Amino acid sequence: MRLVVTSTPHTRSKDTIEQTMREVLLALAPATIMAVYYFGLRALLIILLTMAASVAFEWLYQKITKQTITALDGSAAVTGVLLAFNLPVSSPFWMPIVGSFFAIVIAKQLFGGLGQNFLNPALAARAFLMAAYTPLMASRFTAPARNLFSLSVDAVSVATPLTQMRESPFIPAAGDILNAFLGNTAGCLGETCALALIIGGVYLLIRRIITWHIPVVYTATVFLLSVFLGRSGLMTGNGLFEIFSGGVMMGAFFMVTDYATSPVNDLGKIIMALGCGVLTVVIRFYGGYPEGVSYSILLMNLFVPLLDKYCAPRVFGVKKKGGAQNA
Amino acid sequence: MSAVRTFPSGVHPHDEKSWTAGKAVQTILPKAGSEMVFPMSQHIGAPCEPLVAVGDKVLLGQKIGDSEKFVTSPVHSSVSGAVTAIRKAETPSGTSCQAVVIENDGQDQGVKPKDDKLQSLPDKAEILRRIREAGVVGLGGAGFPTHIKLSPPPEKKIDTLIVNAAECEPYLTTDHRVMLEMPDRMISGFKIILSLFPGAKGYIAIEINKPEAIEKITKLVEKESNIEVVSLKTKYPQGAEKQLIYACTHREVPSGGLPADIGCLVDNVDTVVAIQRAVLKERPLIRRIITVSGGAAANPGNYKVRIGMKYSDMMEAIGGFKSDPYKLISGGPMMGVALFTLDIPVIKTSSSLLCFTEEEGKLPEERNCIRCGKCVDHCPMRLMPLDLNQYVIHNEMDSFVANHGLDCIECGTCSYVCPAKRYLAQSIRTARKEMLARRK
Repeated sequence: MRLVVTSTPHTRSKDTIEQTMREVLLALAPATIMAVYYFGLRALLIILLTMAASVAFEWLYQKITKQTITALDGSAAVTGVLLAFNLPVSSPFWMPIVGSFFAIVIAKQLFGGLGQNFLNPALAARAFLMAAYTPLMASRFTAPARNLFSLSVDAVSVATPLTQMRESPFIPAAGDILNAFLGNTAGCLGETCALALIIGGVYLLIRRIITWHIPVVYTATVFLLSVFLGRSGLMTGNGLFEIFSGGVMMGAFFMVTDYATSPVNDLGKIIMALGCGVLTVVIRFYGGYPEGVSYSILLMNLFVPLLDKYCAPRVFGVKKKGGAQNA
Repeated sequence: MSAVRTFPSGVHPHDEKSWTAGKAVQTILPKAGSEMVFPMSQHIGAPCEPLVAVGDKVLLGQKIGDSEKFVTSPVHSSVSGAVTAIRKAETPSGTSCQAVVIENDGQDQGVKPKDDKLQSLPDKAEILRRIREAGVVGLGGAGFPTHIKLSPPPEKKIDTLIVNAAECEPYLTTDHRVMLEMPDRMISGFKIILSLFPGAKGYIAIEINKPEAIEKITKLVEKESNIEVVSLKTKYPQGAEKQLIYACTHREVPSGGLPADIGCLVDNVDTVVAIQRAVLKERPLIRRIITVSGGAAANPGNYKVRIGMKYSDMMEAIGGFKSDPYKLISGGPMMGVALFTLDIPVIKTSSSLLCFTEEEGKLPEERNCIRCGKCVDHCPMRLMPLDLNQYVIHNEMDSFVANHGLDCIECGTCSYVCPAKRYLAQSIRTARKEMLARRK
């Protein structure tokens, strides 16, 4: 009789990394479908290209550095889709590839790979593209053409709602809010349709991939602070318009919640989401960019180790509030 | 019946109890001529010294090992026969110690049992003496001598006694069967220990996946004003002492402390039954009810086995294996010890033998931590297992201790939930052992 002897526990849950990533990809499907609906097959092409490039760079990096190949665990694919969601449909096809390289190799693998990166890879890549190719990233948004089979790019650039708002603050009408909610506006591929992102996000909540803390606190902070500070004076803001426009919903459900770059404990998540919310509104209202979601998250990413350390839960049976300690 | 109580966090593993929950306890007798092994250390505390020598004739129930030390518990022979050796033997806890080996003569000649009908309870000192003399230890797994647990220092005022009938480990069904088949003995044993602490409140805490047991016991203690049946949520590790006390009383055992520090004492179902036998009948602890389960066992069930009987003999007596087992576990799948041989005896703290097929027992490879935070969400002690794991890997033992690594109860919940299949509990346990040993 040949017996296997191991340490306890001798049984494990069925959860795996692959399963988790599959759930996230599934949750991104509604927004993908809406991206194709609004921006045509070119959007799908960009999403697939970014996904493929991300997986390929992960595979190549692991091959070259002689590591175990885990490129197909789904995490690179998720990064790819999220990066694609942050690109305008007019992006030239080399951009997803350059972006994927930055996301996977620079932001993720150089820091140790899965779970070890301290910046959200998709957002780090977006920030890089934004800095390096500002005209392509920031001023080539087109209105949704709803022409499925058009692969070409509409020559006419239009401003995103947030850019318009920034240039001359207006009181959004019910129609503007509805368009923002449904995604019928100019903007990045995946971020425009708040409804689709909420559907995906609720799915993640139900499947317990994420917890309520970040989406609720982040959205509520942006909502309340926007209303309070207002674009034309205190209490003049429209909270609904602000949370459905730009990247707030994508941030709330898919970006701030990124496992590797968000705190592991509940209080930490709440503070992180609060910080992201405040920074998002401050950048939108007073900063140099029309949209602040991605920079707010990248900035708060830097605080995650501290939040993990000081927001540790009170250990059972320990009187005083603990918090992690260095001996 | 009051509302279902529980503790925060924890997990819901597949309970796998349907294999054996409906199977009545069957008695397995050791064959004449078989070798019985009695390790001298089946408890926490000082090992016993053998009281017999090779060649001696021993009777069923005769004390064969004892010690002068304070924290200890005597060992008795569960058969009659002759001592054939005194040698080192392996135990199911994964350790080895000196053991008395007896060849069973199959006669079961015993020390004459005392009269069953005791008119009134003996006094406190006599109760404790009988419990000690019967070799009763915590049968839930820890094996702490019961007479010592029941005599806490006078400054610790005990106001709550709990019978741990949660049985939260998957597969195990012995406590369940005991409650169904001998509830009177359990309750009578519980009353004995309640009599040691006048004014104390008694709880019998049962997970709600055992509704028949809850119903039965509730009915039986209806008239007892100081005993309450507590329905516990079915959740692992509901039966861990600290979590159980919290569920019943909302008190937290202080870090590094004992239940007695907050006025509580917890005893397992089987321990309470052993107390009843020890005090009322002066019978030593010589049998153990064991769940045999898992896909590789030919006849999963609950068996009453003599302590000292080898696992190999027990398995032979109940029909052996259906297929070659991939892994054998003494205890539950969450905290039990994997065995490398069946040539070891059933001891006081053996609760089950799980025979896993490869499908049930194969563990996945360890991967990168994805920081999903599940281990933190589920840890019943509210530790941060992912961080503790890193401290162990980087040998930062000071940080390990400062972040309460020593408060870990080794329940295995973190490893169970981890999607990256990291060896969280394993690394923390290893470090804990080392740090606790260094402290001594």
